[in-house]
Amino acid sequence: MPTTDQTLDEILNLAAAHFKVPREKLRPDDDFFKTLGIDSLQTLDLLTKLENHFRIELPDYELQGVSDFRTLAGKIQARL
Amino acid sequence: MSLETTEHGRLRKETESSGADRSGEKAVSWALKDGVIELALHRAPCNELGSASLQELENFATDLQRMQESAHALIIHSQLKSGFCAGADLRELYHRSQAMDKASALRGMRDFLERIHRVLNLIDAAPLTTIAAVHGVTFGGGFELALACDLIIADKMARFCFPELRLGLIPGFGGVPRLKRDLGNAVVRDLLLTGRSFNAVKAQQIGLVSQVVGEGESLRAARATAAQLGKFDRETAATAKRFIKPVPHDELRQEIDLFCELFARPAVQAGLRKFVESTDAQPYLP
Repeated sequence: MPTTDQTLDEILNLAAAHFKVPREKLRPDDDFFKTLGIDSLQTLDLLTKLENHFRIELPDYELQGVSDFRTLAGKIQARL
Repeated sequence: MSLETTEHGRLRKETESSGADRSGEKAVSWALKDGVIELALHRAPCNELGSASLQELENFATDLQRMQESAHALIIHSQLKSGFCAGADLRELYHRSQAMDKASALRGMRDFLERIHRVLNLIDAAPLTTIAAVHGVTFGGGFELALACDLIIADKMARFCFPELRLGLIPGFGGVPRLKRDLGNAVVRDLLLTGRSFNAVKAQQIGLVSQVVGEGESLRAARATAAQLGKFDRETAATAKRFIKPVPHDELRQEIDLFCELFARPAVQAGLRKFVESTDAQPYLP
């Protein structure tokens, strides 16, 4: 099983690739809505991308109030 | 109706009446080629179903009854990147209901539901094989449109959801009876009562989606499937469909009644207002 740091790194790589943002611009504690400039529909895209990548199910209500990559990584780690 | 030839050289029929949405563009268009009808949804931002879209879908349903004489398959898909369909146009629903008294709003709601049910029931029972080729957001009424089809082919970025409980409602476009027809009750309870969204892989695991394909591939896969269906005897396929897939008319009627009962409550207007006025970055996440 990957460590939380590895999971976090994979999330940052995926987000950078999917939303075409330079990877070096993304930091673990960034607000991903602001950094990626995404709306609610694009957030769902990110969720689907993450679920497919990690082969997990992450109910969207668990993401309520989550806006930074580090907390997101913790939610995913708990499902691995 | 107007008849024109597209850049692909095929005949396209488009509605001529009030088919324009608020931006003056069509919400849907359709074409028949080689025995396959393709219904394309293209009303930004994500094919929300309001009164203009419904009028166009009614025109399509009328034309479908003529076209199905010479077709063996129908494919419904979205031309928008954002997804297949985000469901009912909640902003229009809210503003319309605010502009009239409670009794009129309720009558208007019931009329809208009766009309969309007629369209979806026609698609559901059409004597040809119907395929929803979905991607991205397939929520609420969009999910219900897909459920009226015989097959759902989803690209791996498709996401499904019945978020209606968040508004104090149940799905109103036939979603619950059709889910009950297709899936086990425990799964239906999960999807309906949690209102959570789920991806195409999950949708295939529970038996809702017949094929999961790569990003941007759902229409191509639907066309390949439709081409295969064209090899079969049409009457046999239609007979098999009638036998396998009865339209749950009684439950569909009950759903309209239940929806209207719930719609009359103040909590629904409050839920709609919250959605419409939300500046939350996650209004689609319950």
